Amino acid sequence: MLIKCPWCGDRALQEFSYQGDATVARPPEPADPADANWDDEWYQFVYLRDDPKGWHDEVWHHIQGCRKHFKARRHTVTHVIADTAPMSEELKGGDK
Amino acid sequence: MKKYSVFSLARNALDYHENWTEAWRSPEPKPEYDVIIVGGGGHGLATAYYLAKEHGITNVAVIEKGWLGGGNVARNTTIVRSNYQLEGNAFFYEKGMDLWRSMSQDLNYNVMFSSRGVINLAHNDAQVDAFQRRGNTMRLNGIDAEWLTVAEIKKRAPLLNTENMRYPVYGGLCQPKGGTARHDAVAWGYARAADDRGVDMIQNCEVTGMRIENGKILGVETTKGFIGAKKVGVAVAGHSSQVFQMAGMRLPMETHVLQAMVSEPIKPALDTVITSGAAHCYISQSDKGEMVFGGDIDFYNSYAQRGNYPIIEHVVTAMCELFPAFSRLRLMRTWGGVMDMSMDGTPIIDKTPIDSLYINAGWCYGGFKATPASGWCFAHTIAQDQPHDLNSAFRLNRFETGHTLDEKGVGSTPNMH
Amino acid sequence: MSRSYRTAEGGRIDRSKPLSFTFDDVRYTGFQGDTLASALLANGVKLIARSFKYHRPRGIMSAGPEEPCGMVQLREGARTEPNIRATQVELFDGLVASSQNRWPSVKWDVNSINNLFNRMLPAGFYYKTFMWPKAMWMTYEEVIRHAAGMGRSADQPDPDRYEHMHAYCDVLVAGGGPAGLMAAKSAADSGARVILVDENPELGGYLRGRNQKVGAKSAMDWVASVHVELEAMENVTILSRTTVASYYDHNMLVLNEHTGDHLPTADGWTPRQRNWKVWAKQVVLATGSIERPLVFGNNDVPGVMLTNAIQAYANQYGVTPGRNAVVFTNNDSAYEAVLDMHDAGMRIAAVVDNRTIETAATKPVRERGIPVFHNHVVFNVRGNKHGVKGVEIMALNEAGDHVAGSIIKMDCDVVGMSGGWTPTVHLFSQSRGKLRWMEDITTFVPDVSFQQERSAGACKATWGLNSCLKEGAKAGAEAAKAAGFDTAKPVSSPKSSDDGMGEIRAMWRVPQPPHSHLKRFVDFQDDVAASDVELAIREGYTSIEHTKRYTTLGMGTDQGKTSNVNGLAIVSEELDKPIPEVGHTTFRPPYTAVTMGAITGTERGHHFSPTRRSALHEWHKQAGATFVPAGMWMRPQYYQQPGESMWDAIYRETLNVRTKVGMFDVSPLGKIDIQGPDSAEFLNRCYINGFGKLPVGKCRYGVMLREDGMVFDDGTTSRLSENHFMMTTTTAKAGPVLQHLEYLLDVIWPELNVHVVSVTEEWCGMAVAGPNSRELLARCTDADISNEGLPFMGVAEVDICGVPGRIYRISFSGELAYEVGVSSDWGPHVWSTLMEKGQDLGVAPYGTEAMSIMRIEKGHVVGAELNGRTTADDLGFGGMTSTKKAFIGQRSITKPAFLETDRKQLTGLKSVDGKTKIPRGAQIVADPKGRIPMEQLGEVTANCYSPNLKEFIGLAIVKGARDRKGDRLWAFSPLTKECCEVELCSPHMYDPEGERLRG
Repeated sequence: MLIKCPWCGDRALQEFSYQGDATVARPPEPADPADANWDDEWYQFVYLRDDPKGWHDEVWHHIQGCRKHFKARRHTVTHVIADTAPMSEELKGGDK
Repeated sequence: MKKYSVFSLARNALDYHENWTEAWRSPEPKPEYDVIIVGGGGHGLATAYYLAKEHGITNVAVIEKGWLGGGNVARNTTIVRSNYQLEGNAFFYEKGMDLWRSMSQDLNYNVMFSSRGVINLAHNDAQVDAFQRRGNTMRLNGIDAEWLTVAEIKKRAPLLNTENMRYPVYGGLCQPKGGTARHDAVAWGYARAADDRGVDMIQNCEVTGMRIENGKILGVETTKGFIGAKKVGVAVAGHSSQVFQMAGMRLPMETHVLQAMVSEPIKPALDTVITSGAAHCYISQSDKGEMVFGGDIDFYNSYAQRGNYPIIEHVVTAMCELFPAFSRLRLMRTWGGVMDMSMDGTPIIDKTPIDSLYINAGWCYGGFKATPASGWCFAHTIAQDQPHDLNSAFRLNRFETGHTLDEKGVGSTPNMH
Repeated sequence: MSRSYRTAEGGRIDRSKPLSFTFDDVRYTGFQGDTLASALLANGVKLIARSFKYHRPRGIMSAGPEEPCGMVQLREGARTEPNIRATQVELFDGLVASSQNRWPSVKWDVNSINNLFNRMLPAGFYYKTFMWPKAMWMTYEEVIRHAAGMGRSADQPDPDRYEHMHAYCDVLVAGGGPAGLMAAKSAADSGARVILVDENPELGGYLRGRNQKVGAKSAMDWVASVHVELEAMENVTILSRTTVASYYDHNMLVLNEHTGDHLPTADGWTPRQRNWKVWAKQVVLATGSIERPLVFGNNDVPGVMLTNAIQAYANQYGVTPGRNAVVFTNNDSAYEAVLDMHDAGMRIAAVVDNRTIETAATKPVRERGIPVFHNHVVFNVRGNKHGVKGVEIMALNEAGDHVAGSIIKMDCDVVGMSGGWTPTVHLFSQSRGKLRWMEDITTFVPDVSFQQERSAGACKATWGLNSCLKEGAKAGAEAAKAAGFDTAKPVSSPKSSDDGMGEIRAMWRVPQPPHSHLKRFVDFQDDVAASDVELAIREGYTSIEHTKRYTTLGMGTDQGKTSNVNGLAIVSEELDKPIPEVGHTTFRPPYTAVTMGAITGTERGHHFSPTRRSALHEWHKQAGATFVPAGMWMRPQYYQQPGESMWDAIYRETLNVRTKVGMFDVSPLGKIDIQGPDSAEFLNRCYINGFGKLPVGKCRYGVMLREDGMVFDDGTTSRLSENHFMMTTTTAKAGPVLQHLEYLLDVIWPELNVHVVSVTEEWCGMAVAGPNSRELLARCTDADISNEGLPFMGVAEVDICGVPGRIYRISFSGELAYEVGVSSDWGPHVWSTLMEKGQDLGVAPYGTEAMSIMRIEKGHVVGAELNGRTTADDLGFGGMTSTKKAFIGQRSITKPAFLETDRKQLTGLKSVDGKTKIPRGAQIVADPKGRIPMEQLGEVTANCYSPNLKEFIGLAIVKGARDRKGDRLWAFSPLTKECCEVELCSPHMYDPEGERLRG
């Protein structure tokens, strides 16, 4: 695969480290730390994934380059990458 | 079923083999079954067989999207072992070893189970510690294990490099009864034996939906129409997330691609199975002569039964580090399979929150060796509507309760699979 | 000596350069430009190998990479290689080859007895037998394994060198035949960077074996002129002897270049092979096509060959593989070959054509008086290991499904067969392109592309030369355009002839007379006959993948290049299902097998992974250190002095720290520099314990969790200034922790203004530990390092030994201790100065073993306890865990399993009798004499003899250990037959109050 780092441009797969589903948001911290308990919301965050067969928004780390994380919209069957973007931006393209 | 033997082979040779009958029928699905197994891979076929054999449930259909045994049972590196450390795993896999030992006779199909030993190489002191700890657990659990010195390892694998290498070999943990089996034959043997007991194998039939009413499953929608069932067991490793999505469930797993490869066939050059965690490589020689080996997953979500080059390069490099003479062999074929990577590296065999729907999933890299035990336990779980002791640690809710079974200790972070 | 089959003249060999070689110890001569196959054929050697299963005699069948039969063991000793296709071996002087899969010789092979029993050995016979008695399988297996396999592996490390290259280009052209050359030329003319790849030593593709013309020139003269033109262009790289092996995602291709295989040994700095990883914007596939065998009785006798191969041997190598040929075809392409064979001096006994109608191609053959039998087939070959003796021919009935009439017997010594052509779509298919079946020419062709590639020429079933040239030019221009070279246009091609293969009459199995059971081979290498495919279908192995796996069709080293289409067509007939519905098996990388060493490149032996050495490595070496690998690092394990045993040295080093002062190189510990206004807040969220209020000039031990609540790593982090921290990690987790922090900052908390960077290599770290450590350091720095000036867990930026550095008052050993950090460049200077100045204080270095003993004495956890399954509470960090702030993993530590009371917890162990050592890797059990399976209460994670406590101690993780202090259990290692009664105790076994380190 050739992956376009938003900062460095097209680079070979082996420069990157895959960091999982970008659509999973870490639940906000409870206002009182004493309420920070194990519950369904946290279980889902830690363990459950949609694991789609098709377009997948995911986080990649340019570990052997600029070491920034970014998002990619990649197809899990064809491995086509429709778009990459900094974490703060929206992904475009694909059929999503 | 016409029994296979050297005599039947000789008799048929006289007829130029024109009178062999089909190993399994290709029936049209009935409107309803007692049990439907979704997934005609090794685990699904074994489940159907043990449902019939152990529980007398023969009104069973195995529904397969493609061809029987076309998933990971057709794409693995054929290694069979039960050298696990955690209690929840050990007895399950050891049950599998028992079933492996008598499988050919039980199924009347030679699956070529070869107890040639599986050796885990330790490349540093910490690994020696860890492997001895595992070996001791195995022994205390009644599983065969021996510690081999470097000289003893050299004797069993003369071409193995132990010294002139980046990570020299310090010793190895051997499971003498571990080994390899002919992967396709396992699927075919189970299919034939299950068919003999009345199980219907429905190939080229894809499940497109699940009919669930009032929290109970009533059957599956397929490309051949609706098929009713009192119970449905799903064993579709590699597509579990997709199939359970039809039941409205999200699973604690991601799907990744694992590649494997073979060299050209050569005369016997390795009589045991060698695995090296430090080098990320496991290797054995098939009866046909190919060196069969693999390593890590590609490390990104994928449903493609194909991967990319960096892992191939890595695995071949590791293999040549272990066997520098094999540097002159040639890589003949590479392929990929898709793996259910569960979040703790351990499978799930359990009931689901949906009545009469059962799950068999999350096999990570380790599904092939588990085929018989998985089928045996899944059949029990379906027939009795509760897990057997042997798969009682493989509960679906263990992630919620925290009773994860993390043999490698790498946790739930998907990138650390 | 065999009589020569070399023609008097002609061929592209250099007759002035004879080359001597041996095959099975017999010396032969060939010429420069020969392949091993052509040289053997020239010497009349027909029997090359034995087949996989039946050990039938086999010869050379093709002239290219599709060769299923003619494989040899090449070279000797450490350089020997199995299964090398003689058709692709360029002859060199002194070449040594031998036949394989035979014993004792290829002529007299014991296992050829398998052929006599071949009726007992149909497809899948081994699944039906060898099951009784059960215990015998391992014996059967050994026999089977020895009969199977093909050649031998070397038994010594590979002495050759391999290399990797990385390249980017605009257009990669795979194949240097007419289409490929035109594609390369058209793309290159537009200015695009072009890589032209061809597997042969000479460009030209199939033209090398033909007598064709391009325009007015001979085809090969034209090829040479294009080659010269391309070579002169700076934007063109031509890679000959190079195979495009694999086609991966996003137009990443792997090439395998044979830089030295045509030489006796690769000389000088030339590697033997070089693997290229190429990222191409666009790809043109011009990979040609492969002739198909016909499936008739005994079609595997040495001397039955693909017709184009006979033609190529005649034209290219000046070799006639026989003197008297019968050619059996179902299409026009064989007729051109017949003319060339005839021109080369071969007698053509007959052309047998299964088609009913005479075509234009027949005429020139008939004009030479060569008999042509239409509507006839060769149904049997007579012959033996010495080669073909003749053929048996019969007419076809009207329907063409049976033979009819009388048998025509005809003598000959070579048989050409042509069953049509199969486009080489391997790379196209690897690239995820979809194939389409073309019924009229009975072949799969590229249909829908998936990646940025296009096919041209014969690999797209474009047969005529003129069409191939035009199509190549067009494809090259299109590729360049798509790569951004807008002006690209097809270069014009010289007018050439355009002969195709005419109508083809598919005949997937040539009928045989009633009641005959001749072996009609489909896959020649793995001995798969038509009857095997039929058997598979009969037994229900009807998916093409089942058929392949049950019969082993296409599973040999040729991966079915000549057999796959014939095989699936037979399946289609047996199932009465059209071929597109039967489908095809998957084309997997590589196209042809690739040497492992080339994939490995230079990363072998000690270069398998980088070796990391600290700045003090040389000093350790001089001091007689024994090194031990720790991840990628090499660390000093102990420093043995004359007359000492290893353990003497280790105990001496340990006692020296406890009584005087020792120094330990801690450079490999991970070090992360953390800066930014939100650093304190960030660390507070990363660790289970508080860091927000850590004062400047202080260090603190911290524990990090994963989000699932398990302990991730530990280490000491210091606050150097308000917004500047220095974190240390364990050696093993240095990389993962940095990545974890970067993830948190980029993905989870982008609002935090913090920067993290690894400084592990920048700092040289040395632990100075022992009662005399303060005195030693005081001699080397003006800074106040008194207990008041630098109290326990203090950090100061100081000058030490005349260079700037940091002193951390931290202790892993449990003694009064400091960690000194200086720039790696100054490391050796500072270390040796300390060693010098501390001589009278008894300073001595210590290694990882002494460190390990001291950490066990103190109950500090390392990797064995931080095993990914332990919680903070399990390891005794429960009290450290903050309840006043949020941190990573916090919400996981209240899950039910974490709150159970019988969790496995960290404990110290002492050998009860004081004499028995606690076995390594032991399990903790209540009664070692109990029954197996035995409950295991826990496991020993560390063990040692403590020279300070003078007893055997250890650490373990044991169920409910915290409430079991004083309990006696057993540490049992059945693996090593060791057993020791142990008493559970606090893990803090040495100086539990920590008075020494605070002193």
